[in-house]
Amino acid sequence: MFPAAFDYRAPASLAEAVDILRQRGEEAKVMAGGQSLIPLLKLRFSQPALVVDIGHLPNLAGISRSNGHLSIGALTKHAAVESSTELKTVCPILPEAAHWIADPLIRNQGTVGGSICHADPSGDWGAVMLALGADFVARSESGERVIHGADFFQGPFTTALRADEVLTEIRIPVAAHSGGAYNKLERKVGDFATVAVAVQVELNGDRVARAGIGLTAVADRNLKATDAEKALTGKPPTDEVIAEAARLAAAAAEPKSDIRGSSEYKKDVVRVFVQRGLKTAVARAREGK
Amino acid sequence: MKVTLKVNGAEHTGDVEPRVLLVDFIRTNLRLTGTHIGCDTSGCGACTVLVDGTPLKSCTLLAVQVSGRSITTVEGLAAGAGMSPIQTGFHEEHGLQCGFCTPGMMLVGTALLEHNPNPTDEEIRWAISGNICRCTGYMNIVKAIQHAAAINAAAAKAPAAEAVAAGGGK
Repeated sequence: MFPAAFDYRAPASLAEAVDILRQRGEEAKVMAGGQSLIPLLKLRFSQPALVVDIGHLPNLAGISRSNGHLSIGALTKHAAVESSTELKTVCPILPEAAHWIADPLIRNQGTVGGSICHADPSGDWGAVMLALGADFVARSESGERVIHGADFFQGPFTTALRADEVLTEIRIPVAAHSGGAYNKLERKVGDFATVAVAVQVELNGDRVARAGIGLTAVADRNLKATDAEKALTGKPPTDEVIAEAARLAAAAAEPKSDIRGSSEYKKDVVRVFVQRGLKTAVARAREGK
Repeated sequence: MKVTLKVNGAEHTGDVEPRVLLVDFIRTNLRLTGTHIGCDTSGCGACTVLVDGTPLKSCTLLAVQVSGRSITTVEGLAAGAGMSPIQTGFHEEHGLQCGFCTPGMMLVGTALLEHNPNPTDEEIRWAISGNICRCTGYMNIVKAIQHAAAINAAAAKAPAAEAVAAGGGK
């Protein structure tokens, strides 16, 4: 299989990239690692007139900390997140989730930003970023724009990014006494999730100060389980409170029955994973991770 | 578009459409057919090559995307007439049956041992989890990679030939 013909540009700078997109954004697709886009091109689900390869742009890959948040460059490879010893301490949900994305070879080339912009409802990063309350930083010729995670995912393979914008950075708030977990059910290594659940909690003494829950593969987009989050906020994370949050998250999920399982089954996996994830997350938050 | 690649140490240039996949460039333009096309959907790893030492799936890369980079294919593993440790491992441990997945498995194994010279069986299994052996010969593939690790370890311990020639290292 090979893609339909397209023009190819590999800009040397971000300024050049956004200039190309200002002129031809509507007919272009931005490519980072290409691990989502190239399969789409090969299957001809996507036939852009122009592919703008930003994979070579400098300064868009890497993980850093500043002003109470973690910054992940859009071109950071999944493998770099997976192997980051700093993240294992600061934000263990990130390497934990990275480990379950596709397979090691794809993780060597695929990028966090590319995966997020691809916005596959079965994608892992979207759910993780919703749980973490991340912001997405987009750049266009008119400047920088910050899009809150909850506003970013608008539907299957559809985001709030405009055709003239490039995602440059993901900003994740990091709080003390917080912890997270990512639980994913997949039929085999490399498969998309049957169901996956990202959970992040911040504790204030014995109570939950903030809870984030993101769901993978159970709706037309990565879903933020807001009712479940509210049911946790301000309460001590007892078994009963956690069970109620898990019930609410399962109720919010709208999975389709398919080869990976029935809708009822997937909803129940959401319930179990929210429960399991919250217990891990609370334990990690108490350890100060 | 012009593509320049260093493949197994030799520089190659080609003029290809942007849509040409790296695997097709390697097989068709360079006539290096040791890199296989299996599933063609980035699931099986038969097309694995090393790009600057990192194993990637060449069916899911454009040739133009990796222009300027250094590629190692299975043809680049052997040092002259001799086999590389990973090749010896696959030979000694019966690490292949039909052989279709073998180039990818050997390249992934080579890259693994490069940064983890003494892997556990579990680590090897994770490393090859993007490569499918349709004959299900995984047990021997793991043994083959362990065999290569042992060869490397023995070579590291052995005194250098120059040291022996100089009368040392006995």
